[in-house]
Amino acid sequence: MLERNLARRAPTVSPLVSESSVTVTPLDPQGRLAFRIKPAALAGRGTIDGFDLSGAINSRTSSEEGATMRTALRLGPDEWMLITAADEVDERCEAISAALTGVAHSLVDVSHRDVSFSVEGPGADSVVNSGCPIDLSMRAFPAGSATRTILGKAEIVLQRRAADSFTVTTWRSFAPYVQGFLVEATRG
Amino acid sequence: MSQPFRRPSGGRIDRSRPLAVTFNGKQLEGFAGDTVASMLIASGQHLAGRSFKYHRPRGILSHGSDEPSALLSVDWRADRGAGYRDPNNRASVVEARDGLVVNTQNHWPSLETDVGAVNDLLSPIFVAGFYYKTFMWPRKFWDRVYEPVIRKAAGLGEAPEVRDADRYSNRHAHCDVLIVGAGPAGLAAALAASADGEKRVILADEGFEPGGALLNDVTSEIDGKPAMAWVAETVATLDARENVVILPRTTAFGYYNHNHVCMVERVSDHRADAPEGLARERLWQVRAGEVVLAAGSHERPLVFENNDRPGIMLAESVRAFVNRWAVLPGNELVVVTSSASAYRTALDAKAAGMRVSIVDIRLDADCGTELSLARDGGITVRTGHTVIKALGGKRVTGLVVAPISANGSIGEKTTLACDCVAMSGGWTPSVHLFSQSRGKLRFDVELDAFVPGTSAQAERSAGACRGVYDLSAVIADGAKAGGGSSTPQATVSFAGFQPVRVLPTDADATKIKAFIDFQNDVTAKDIKLAVREGFESIEHVKRYTTTGMATDQGKTSNMNALGLVAGILDRPLPAVGTTTFRPPYTPVTFGALIGPARDELFDPVRRTPIDPWAEKNGAVFEPVALWRRAKYFPQAGEDMHAAVARETKAVRTTVGIFDASTLGKIEVIGPDAAEFMNRIYTNAWLKLKTGGCRYGLMLREDGFVYDDGVVARLAEDRFHVTTTTGGAPRVMRHMEDYLQTEWPDLDVFLTSITEQWAVIALQGPNARKVLEPFVSEIDLAEDAFPHMTVKTGYVCGVPCRLFRVSFTGELGFEVNVPADYGEAVWKTLYEKGQKHGITPYGTEAMHVLRAEMGFIVVGQETDGTVTADDLGLSGLVSKVKTDFVGKRSLTRPDMVAEGRRQLVGLLTKNPDEVLDEGAQVVDDPGQPIPMKMIGHVTSSYASSNCGRSIAMAMIDGGRTRIGETVFVTTPAGFTEAVISNAVFYDVKGETVDA
Repeated sequence: MLERNLARRAPTVSPLVSESSVTVTPLDPQGRLAFRIKPAALAGRGTIDGFDLSGAINSRTSSEEGATMRTALRLGPDEWMLITAADEVDERCEAISAALTGVAHSLVDVSHRDVSFSVEGPGADSVVNSGCPIDLSMRAFPAGSATRTILGKAEIVLQRRAADSFTVTTWRSFAPYVQGFLVEATRG
Repeated sequence: MSQPFRRPSGGRIDRSRPLAVTFNGKQLEGFAGDTVASMLIASGQHLAGRSFKYHRPRGILSHGSDEPSALLSVDWRADRGAGYRDPNNRASVVEARDGLVVNTQNHWPSLETDVGAVNDLLSPIFVAGFYYKTFMWPRKFWDRVYEPVIRKAAGLGEAPEVRDADRYSNRHAHCDVLIVGAGPAGLAAALAASADGEKRVILADEGFEPGGALLNDVTSEIDGKPAMAWVAETVATLDARENVVILPRTTAFGYYNHNHVCMVERVSDHRADAPEGLARERLWQVRAGEVVLAAGSHERPLVFENNDRPGIMLAESVRAFVNRWAVLPGNELVVVTSSASAYRTALDAKAAGMRVSIVDIRLDADCGTELSLARDGGITVRTGHTVIKALGGKRVTGLVVAPISANGSIGEKTTLACDCVAMSGGWTPSVHLFSQSRGKLRFDVELDAFVPGTSAQAERSAGACRGVYDLSAVIADGAKAGGGSSTPQATVSFAGFQPVRVLPTDADATKIKAFIDFQNDVTAKDIKLAVREGFESIEHVKRYTTTGMATDQGKTSNMNALGLVAGILDRPLPAVGTTTFRPPYTPVTFGALIGPARDELFDPVRRTPIDPWAEKNGAVFEPVALWRRAKYFPQAGEDMHAAVARETKAVRTTVGIFDASTLGKIEVIGPDAAEFMNRIYTNAWLKLKTGGCRYGLMLREDGFVYDDGVVARLAEDRFHVTTTTGGAPRVMRHMEDYLQTEWPDLDVFLTSITEQWAVIALQGPNARKVLEPFVSEIDLAEDAFPHMTVKTGYVCGVPCRLFRVSFTGELGFEVNVPADYGEAVWKTLYEKGQKHGITPYGTEAMHVLRAEMGFIVVGQETDGTVTADDLGLSGLVSKVKTDFVGKRSLTRPDMVAEGRRQLVGLLTKNPDEVLDEGAQVVDDPGQPIPMKMIGHVTSSYASSNCGRSIAMAMIDGGRTRIGETVFVTTPAGFTEAVISNAVFYDVKGETVDA
């Protein structure tokens, strides 16, 4: 039998060169869990396994970095995207499931489904707005926001980490298009 | 060419920055701040093109975006090669810069000598509606003579022949207040709206300098300062406010729902120093909380014989050229007017050194203070006069004028020699954007104009675009629209006009050309003819005569046409109606609309994790929905037929490997998951055991087949659903729709996992042998892992959902591994499978293999009107379930009627003949046309395993007609085929029957 590490994870996209002040960088693989639960079933739980679920719809809560990172994107009334380190998925799944024994919920590993890019630098909001119609002013979409939206002809999940710092996540087969679209947009 | 008509000083041009433009091969000189139109006038050149239909010489009518005549082909970057030219640019808005190459249009062999001008003499046959009247017969002439000739003559300008070499970009933006137009009203609105620093304000103007009509104004004062000083101060204040974005060269061309306004910004056309790669234009899609329209107004031409001669211009445009661009449009000016505003032109032109006289249609008593001002200034004013006609050909040389008596008769004619005419028939508010916003127009008799009535969106109009013309009032109106107030003291404007449709004349009205629509060459007599022939609604007149249908959307012509029709019919003007204004306000390049959506960015091309391997191994691809899939893997010298024959043979004799990653996959989880599946699919799910798979059929509400696929039960509360490749998004939506709207009580959640898993299908008698060495924690033995079951474990050391399923009839496995591992696992299986002759196969072989077994493909055998029973799948429709989506519809009479089209096989008499998919089937090819068609071919292939061609077809009552002969259309006629069962191949190995 072959060892698991013989089959290395293959990147979906390679970095593209751009001379703009805004950089578009493919991010390393992360653990991603699509988590669904009806608010009533949460029964007041504010956090589960360290993931803070108390944020408003279209917000992002995050604690720590690296191996113990726990980020929760609240994308809908009963929908979160939980983000953790790539090699923590099984542990997190077990812990969350254990915490919700007997409670109706859905937890699906989608780590390989999605690909993320960081879009950073002065004017990053304009680059995203080249294909994303939502209001990205700091008033309407402050740091700590996250939402499902579109970029050109692709569906994305958009997070704002800081004024000039976004994370764009899309399904892997849309990643080359999203990357090309963003890099083209950095040309102004 | 030098600049003989440039004034020695003044104007809003930068004389320290001279520049040159190539016009019809000659050099035009000018300065920064010029337009091509002002450079032409500086050089003394008024002839700027030939008209659309009659090829009449045409000059420059206006100084703005309403210009109908001076349309030029412009090569914006001739130095960079082909791909930078576009036609029909209005000379009046093309900002001059070094290196532009412009050419006039619609003439041969030259602008000066144009053979097409013969049309002007032949014009009696080119009357309104001549297409409908002239080319009726003989019938055969249409294809060979009329149409080619009309096509050659039609159109204006030459479409670009090569691909547009420029870049275009797109930008979404949001603001609290969007202001369209940076004239006095727009500036005042912006100033007021942006006083609150929390409010985001965008101010857009189509021109390259803010100020609107004040740019042409050298006499008005605002609060004791020259008007342009007020503009400069206001712009400086706005510039200093961080909450304001000022966009010059930006035309708001479309106003859509929810205050979504589309604007195009010209980014680089005006820049000689534009770096390569800088976008040419940027499309702004603005969502505004509120919109202030401050779009100004358009001046109306006067309608008299030969009113289109070069040198005849709108009065305000003459003022603009004299003041803003410091060029004289001639030496000898006659101002013809029914409007007070034109007197300002006369006074300014005189001050600039032109010899000026005025012909006013109005009587003394109807004029205001402007009359005495002009007379006191030494200008001869002929009131109560009409213009009979203009003289001259390629340039106006005189005007024949005459007094009109009280009874309307024409008095003694006088010829006024001139080389320039400034005409004004009053003003029309620019209500285009308001009308596009679905606002309701109201006719104001006092203003003789349609003005904004009831708004449909959060929008306000301010200033001249709603008929407010006096400068103080315009500024106050703008400030109010911006949410503030202002009561400036400004010079009183000359305002007011007497509506006049066609100037009185004693000439035979059927013999003269007095133009209403300059761009489409529509004359007053065309309109009269249309009315005489019974067209009374302006919408009908418009379509019959084409008035107002040119690219200028009738900005200068609409009110004259409307007024003329109303006058002939003797009806109030609103009773004739007004035309609907549609986007775009001015022409927009395709590039701006398309933005970056070209080439790789035209549409996402979805590739599977195994795509790189397929590409490296010579796959030929085909698009399936947005995916590209390997269709077949040709070896040296093979065509598709040979490759597919080899691939299908390998699957039946040893083993094939297939990339099935594009199959839609949905994880359905929750305590009610089984109940949900039971309601969505036609067959029964409650009793499916964990670890079992089942083929599911899904109907729409109307009972027709919607999608199909294999579903695995991974746990009591967890299903792994597969869908067709193309159906994945719609099945997800269908399921989510029912969950959210019909069954919110069910505790079920859906997650798309299509792209989480790469799927590798191993199919063929040796599939197990290839897979076995790499599998752990799964027993592959037949009794431990029978057909239609699923197990989780590891393949090549990575987590795997392993399905034992088959879409070929052979022993088969579908290996699901997390997508990032897909290519590595594929390569491993492929390399180690070499000893079994493992053969990669593509979608074409997959189709042939499933057709050999009679397996359907949704979307190929089905077309949205096919039931489960039509497909012979009624066994999959539960008779005991109380309900499922589509169940009720299955009892409708037509769904159970005799003779419905049913799926059968077709075997051609000649086994080598492959039918066309989509070919029609008839019983008797000898019957008269139209024949009765009894069905059509849905799938058709050459099958190497069957040793002959095979086809599937939907035939009326097909299952009762097995063995009968029918006829199928071919490109050459008909061919014979026999109706058969739709299973063509008998599998020899392990059975896969569920």
